[in-house]
Amino acid sequence: MGENISTRVAYGRALEEFGGREDIYVFDADLKTCTMSEYFSYKYPERFFNVGIAEANMVNIGAGFAACGATALVHTFAIFATGRVYDQIRNDVCYPGLNVKVVGSHAGLTVGEDGATHQALEDISLMRTIPRMTVIVPCDAYETRLATKAMLDFKGPCYFRTGRPAVECVTDSIPGYSFEIGKGSLLRDGSDVTLIACGLMVQEALKAADLLAAEGISARVIDMATIKPIDREIIVKAANETGAIVTAEEHNIIGGLGSAVSEVLTDEALVPLQRVGVKDRFGHSGPPKDLLALHGLTAQNIADNAKIAISRK
Amino acid sequence: MLTEEKRKLELEAAKIRKTALETIHTAGSGHIGGSFSMAEIVTVLYNKEMNIDPQDPDKKDRDRLVLSKGHCSPVMYATLARRGFFPVEHLKTFRKLDSDLSGHVEIHVPGVDMSAGSLGQGLSVALGMAMYAKCNNVGNYVYAIMGDGEIQEGQIWEAAMAAAHFKVNNLIGFVDNNKIQLDGRLTEIMDPDPIDEKFRAFGWNVISCNGQDVEEIADAIEEAKKSEDKPTMIVAHTTKGAGVSVFEDTCRFHGGQPTPEEYDTAIKELDDTIASLEV
Repeated sequence: MGENISTRVAYGRALEEFGGREDIYVFDADLKTCTMSEYFSYKYPERFFNVGIAEANMVNIGAGFAACGATALVHTFAIFATGRVYDQIRNDVCYPGLNVKVVGSHAGLTVGEDGATHQALEDISLMRTIPRMTVIVPCDAYETRLATKAMLDFKGPCYFRTGRPAVECVTDSIPGYSFEIGKGSLLRDGSDVTLIACGLMVQEALKAADLLAAEGISARVIDMATIKPIDREIIVKAANETGAIVTAEEHNIIGGLGSAVSEVLTDEALVPLQRVGVKDRFGHSGPPKDLLALHGLTAQNIADNAKIAISRK
Repeated sequence: MLTEEKRKLELEAAKIRKTALETIHTAGSGHIGGSFSMAEIVTVLYNKEMNIDPQDPDKKDRDRLVLSKGHCSPVMYATLARRGFFPVEHLKTFRKLDSDLSGHVEIHVPGVDMSAGSLGQGLSVALGMAMYAKCNNVGNYVYAIMGDGEIQEGQIWEAAMAAAHFKVNNLIGFVDNNKIQLDGRLTEIMDPDPIDEKFRAFGWNVISCNGQDVEEIADAIEEAKKSEDKPTMIVAHTTKGAGVSVFEDTCRFHGGQPTPEEYDTAIKELDDTIASLEV
């Protein structure tokens, strides 16, 4: 709790911690030392299967287990966990409504040096568009542990996105913070603008709020760890009370958190929205921090966009 | 197999074909060719080999079946309805807006163990079910029925490799080897032969049989159940559209429909077959 570790490591520990239930079966496609399903594999080897480099087969083996009543968790990099097996997830997990959890690690630009083919920037969009799918993107170790527990207790298809780099733990120090699927979390209150973020952009949003505060701008910060079903209530409330919104995600600006928020605003509360994210481009090899800066995913970018959103009121 | 049992199974296969054809005719669409080629396979499975209970379709220790070639829902639904999982009358709603009997098989229909539609995926699902059974000492068998065109999909071979690796001897697959796919003959489009040698090379126990012969199918399944540490693939040599002359050995009725005259001829031929098999 409170450690500055990656969400994938926090997830792996949580899966090991909460994986004692006999109906839980875990699968990996030759990446268990990366997705961190390995912790579970050592503790519960009789309920762990490494299926080799065959992601499509893995998803459907999971579907077969789930059809028999199991809770099946399949693991690989986010890029392969979504795009490569979209058809299997859509037709064999979500359509029959089976209890399969798709856990994609190494999401976003911060895979770093491995480059564009490994940087999932469309995964939230792909998973969000499938009926019956729940999409969870935790931001730090504390939230990841709680979200993992909630996902295991929840029955139905779910996509769970984790990241490679160590990230600062922020949610543990928020009074009254709790994780619930389908609920955003108010991390900081504010009145001039609302910053809605997911994943490691939550930490950047908090820093952006500090930057804005220094300029006399009061920014609300919402951690939107569930992208689907999206917390409409917290978005509409923020729109009505602050009048301007910025979204921030380590994902293409098409189809992800920004799109989900804009859909709610279009339906219920039209206020200026600025979307911080990767601008419909592929990634590149490089140090994670430099990649985030290159694509405009920093606290400063969020703060700049907040001022634009406020100016559009 | 006793002569009487064989006659009864052949009669049931003929009745299933007629019911499937009437179902497709009422709906105005549906897949005849692949349904008819596998009629004897599902007849033997659901009326002789499988441990199932129409009164308790979800019973935990039942044998399970994944119809990976999910477009052959007419023969599947006809088999299940005639076996008592739901009323035969209900087949009249096949492919209708307010019906649970969709164009491709789906899990919410009593007796159906898995939805299917996108080809190449059912063997992996059946493998998962077979592995689950091993983990939980269920003691059942899991069946998967694939088309021969379907095994052009790469995922079939992912599943084939994994099934041998995990030693699931309770997994029994069928390739409905009718030699014709939607666009034409397999040999002209993408020839998967030799199917038996390929699965053998992947570590499977492989049995070939005449897929239109109920006795050979039953014998193949009994032999498959004796496999000690390998999954079994039964390569069932069949004829697309088998059982009705006008439908046989052509890709025209993969998804295409007969003319009214052809339909009447087909029903008459099936009636004649049924009459010849009834005592």
